[in-house]
Amino acid sequence: MSEFFYMGGYAWYVWMAYGAFALAIVIEVLALRARRRRAIELLRATAAADNAPRARLNPARST
Amino acid sequence: MVAPTDATQHDAYRIIFIHVPTAWMAMFLYLVMALWSALALGFQTRLSAMMAQAIAPTGAAMAFLALWTGAFWGRPTWGTYWAWDARMTSTLILLFLYLGVLALRNAIDDPRRADRACAVLSLTGAVNVPIIYFSVQWWNTLHQGSTISATAAPKMASMMLTGLLLMTFAVWFYCIAIVLGRVRTIILERERGTAWVAQAVTT
Repeated sequence: MSEFFYMGGYAWYVWMAYGAFALAIVIEVLALRARRRRAIELLRATAAADNAPRARLNPARST
Repeated sequence: MVAPTDATQHDAYRIIFIHVPTAWMAMFLYLVMALWSALALGFQTRLSAMMAQAIAPTGAAMAFLALWTGAFWGRPTWGTYWAWDARMTSTLILLFLYLGVLALRNAIDDPRRADRACAVLSLTGAVNVPIIYFSVQWWNTLHQGSTISATAAPKMASMMLTGLLLMTFAVWFYCIAIVLGRVRTIILERERGTAWVAQAVTT
């Protein structure tokens, strides 16, 4: 097992590369999840404030 | 499945399993982003522009990872983390193009204007992708030529190749999943104010 992590003496290079890869994926997934939650919360708050959700047909509003 | 240790590079070569897939995806995602941008410019379709918008962050991540893993592969094999080699430099430009597209979108408040500006920048930058691809043939600098091509037998052990293809498909499907997930959120953000979005989040 420790031989696996030792990577024949190349541990620093191999694990820095794989670590960054794993970290990037975790960050991207968590960031997207947070962004989606924020968007939905904001939309719910707006819908609640409108109280009666009337159909607004013009979608061209800023992001 | 365990791929064997390389005869000359020992265990350092194992970086190939993430370096090559991320580098391929960085280039491929840019072409897809440019294609959606062209459709958005040509047909004024909002969803095409949203797809291009959703691809940019993942493309930037892939370009960064290709450079990062390349640096940590280059150090033990070539003796340096970085050199102004043709392929490395053109990949760095690719990363800056992605970052430029992201910055441009943040700088423009009106999303439709941002769509057009980002589309023009994406299409202009697309010329860089063939430069990266052919850089190892056009300039004889540090980065070696490709080991795998569609026209000749691959110059590597079959177990290594299987692992590499597996990782390529894994990264490919990850990118598809995260881009589609992001475009769903972008639709919610940009189509707020429509009745269907209000219904979708309240029911």
